Amino acid sequence: MNFRKVLIGFICLSLLAAGPVFAKKKMIQVKGSDTMVNLVQVLAEAYMEKNRQNPIAVLGGGSGTGIAALINGTCDIASHSRPMKNKEIEMAKDRGVIPHRFIIAVDGLSVIVNEKNPVSKMVMDQIGAIYRGEITNWKEVGGADWPVSLYGRQSNSGTYVFFQEHVLGNQNYSQDMKQMNGNAQIIEGVSKDKYGIGYVGVGYTLDSDGTVRKGIKIIMVAKNAGATAYSPLDKAAVDSGDYPVARPLFQSSAGTPQGAVLDFIKFAISEEGQEIVEREGFFPIGSSHQEENKKNMK
Amino acid sequence: MKRTSWIKLKESAIRAFLFTNGILAVVILVGIFFFLLYTSIPAFREVNIKEFFLSKNWDPTSPVKAEFGILSMVVSTLMVTLGALAIAVPIGIGVASYLSDVAHWRVREVVKPIVEVLAGIPSVVVGFLGIVLFGPAIAEVFGLSNGLNAINGSILLAIMAMPTIISISEDSLNAVPRAYSEASLALGASRWQTLIRVKIPAALSGIIAAVMLGMGRAIGETMTVLMATGNAPAFPKSFLSSIRTMTATIAIELGEVPYYTTHYYALFAIGLVLFVITFVVNLISDIILHKYQEREL
Repeated sequence: MNFRKVLIGFICLSLLAAGPVFAKKKMIQVKGSDTMVNLVQVLAEAYMEKNRQNPIAVLGGGSGTGIAALINGTCDIASHSRPMKNKEIEMAKDRGVIPHRFIIAVDGLSVIVNEKNPVSKMVMDQIGAIYRGEITNWKEVGGADWPVSLYGRQSNSGTYVFFQEHVLGNQNYSQDMKQMNGNAQIIEGVSKDKYGIGYVGVGYTLDSDGTVRKGIKIIMVAKNAGATAYSPLDKAAVDSGDYPVARPLFQSSAGTPQGAVLDFIKFAISEEGQEIVEREGFFPIGSSHQEENKKNMK
Repeated sequence: MKRTSWIKLKESAIRAFLFTNGILAVVILVGIFFFLLYTSIPAFREVNIKEFFLSKNWDPTSPVKAEFGILSMVVSTLMVTLGALAIAVPIGIGVASYLSDVAHWRVREVVKPIVEVLAGIPSVVVGFLGIVLFGPAIAEVFGLSNGLNAINGSILLAIMAMPTIISISEDSLNAVPRAYSEASLALGASRWQTLIRVKIPAALSGIIAAVMLGMGRAIGETMTVLMATGNAPAFPKSFLSSIRTMTATIAIELGEVPYYTTHYYALFAIGLVLFVITFVVNLISDIILHKYQEREL
């Protein structure tokens, strides 16, 4: 008899506990690129200030992780700093998800070294050779006789893939590269390592007051040996494509964006959203990107 | 009459409930093993087994040629684990001896719980210590440019394995019958001689089991090594190289791997190898521990 009472009590209790969960409104889940996570977080906060009825949860984890989550249906929007691979698009379609892609910002991917390193300019080929492990001493690129200590991202990072394709010429990374778990860890590592070199989203190179972070130096990059070297902080050079490692940053929705998802993406590419993009150290999108976005809304 | 049958029913229900609980752990263990085996085997359709175990190159996402060799990470895992034991075992046994033989009982009552609390520190926190505290210190001491290497990992894992080693070693030292040490002292041995030549040998199987359990903890640890060892996949040249362990590789790559590909299956194959290693280590410690409990009786 007693036993049954306990059982009934248990059921009542669990129903009580579960009640609020059922009643809660569905949150929009945004997941993916670690390069973009701070930016998206700030965008989401600004958006939620005006639209309290549409809560948004922002998670990092890397572009690959976000895209996988979109394919598996565990997030509403994937942030990714590299385009989706054909394989991923096919896989998504197999599962009935048709990704719609929007460009929300432009990033001047920055190559950084320790502030004590005398090197301040490099050519794309040199950076590629360093990361492929062909150049292992700074003196080969005009620096001191120091060994090179490589910092990079892990293979679930969009930055890792983008850098491999565009800077390493689609060759293998050196096996000696330290694979760090996020932009912040690369900054932390390079700022403490005199011999270090790393690559991070430009938004991470600046402090909250807009100055370059302590301990690191941003390398000016030239397309080839004869060309002028530009800094990723130079907005005009990034816009015109003179800075060679600029890239668009994406957000993709599963299918045509609707309701709050559409609303949030519209906010991100609105004038107000783009102001936030700039404040966070990235670059606003141009008119050709805006048009592409409009097409993908349908 | 009705009452007794109700009691009997209740009795057997409780018995069945407890039996299910007892058997559950076994079912889970066997289930995990077969799941790992089942998801690992497809990897070897494309990867040569010999290459898998003997190649030093692991680069499954390479645009040139995907490579699946786990030798570097197995060696890395063994390096940090043995490094951790080299630090944790002497200190651990020292602390255990102090607690069981030297310390006043009041001191022991305070210190032992504190040591056990050490086991509860989350691994992320320990990893963070590795990045901000031990890393720069190691770089300074060895004249390196950074401290993200095997030594850093070893020190952190030593910190994590120590509570287990201290706690179980101390228990087994305490379990040595008083008559042993009394006899030794009566024969004129000093307390140091009694500890080294009588008590520690008598408690040795318990101490070895403690070390093996600590080792099991160190091998399987993920977050700490992921944060503090730099994760360079190259074959380690020395304790001062950056290394990437088996657990770190799984943690880094499983999140993004496309399902049901060779890469996916290969990650489970690493998991299987890790499972077998920890299983063997735990089995050995269990056998030793049993032996020691029998002797005590």
